[in-house]
Amino acid sequence: MAGASGSESNRPLSPHLQVYKWGPHMLVSILHRATGDGMALVGVPLLVWWLYAISAGPESYEYFLSWFNWGYLGYIVLVGMSFAFFEHMYSGLRHFVLDAGAGYELQTNKMWSIAVPLAAIITTGAMWLYIASKNIL
Amino acid sequence: MGSGTNIGRVRGLGSAQEGAHHWVMQRVTAVGNLLLVLWLVFSLIRLPNFEHELMIEWLSSPLVAVPMMLMLVSIFWHLRIGLQVLIEDYVPDHGVRFGLILLLNFFAIGGAALGIFSVAKIAFTGVVA
Repeated sequence: MAGASGSESNRPLSPHLQVYKWGPHMLVSILHRATGDGMALVGVPLLVWWLYAISAGPESYEYFLSWFNWGYLGYIVLVGMSFAFFEHMYSGLRHFVLDAGAGYELQTNKMWSIAVPLAAIITTGAMWLYIASKNIL
Repeated sequence: MGSGTNIGRVRGLGSAQEGAHHWVMQRVTAVGNLLLVLWLVFSLIRLPNFEHELMIEWLSSPLVAVPMMLMLVSIFWHLRIGLQVLIEDYVPDHGVRFGLILLLNFFAIGGAALGIFSVAKIAFTGVVA
């Protein structure tokens, strides 16, 4: 909107990021965008490739799996995507509460902003502990 | 319609009457994603292995193929709206923005089509046993 035409170039702008002290609500906000866009651009293409590779036959599926055999790199992608999902999920649930007009009191808002990433880390950790205990990957 | 201030340039043009549509659909598909991706996560970690034969057998079941297809629709719809907001926030040039949103639509519809077709192919032709 700003800069849509030259006429308003001298008009005052609202303060931007640099004048605010960082708080947990800002972290969950940007994490929501980062994890959502990360999943959209990395996770979902991998998901579709996985389905396509299964449908295209065993060799194609082997080739897909071979991309995850780079030592720890494959795990970093999978753990990263699972964290992105849980972070986005808990943050999205927080958004539903905010959409209803609740949870804007400073202390409440701060508490849930801290709880969201913690819950995402704990859920991701629990899921991978379960996977490790079953030895399926 | 004036030409000076921002409000002057839009006053009298009226509302497009569909401003809330993306907002509502982002939330509808969010609930769809919540249910369907959690279903996928729980289904995947409960599988005994990820051999090709088992994947075919698993995806051949209507109770897997159908939620998988619905999940692809919900996910791609949701990400299409989400990435459009990203583009609109960070790309100021109208031409580039238009081009990127066009690409985004091709990505979303093409990706969903490829995923759904793959699942359908497995479900209709893949029976091993």
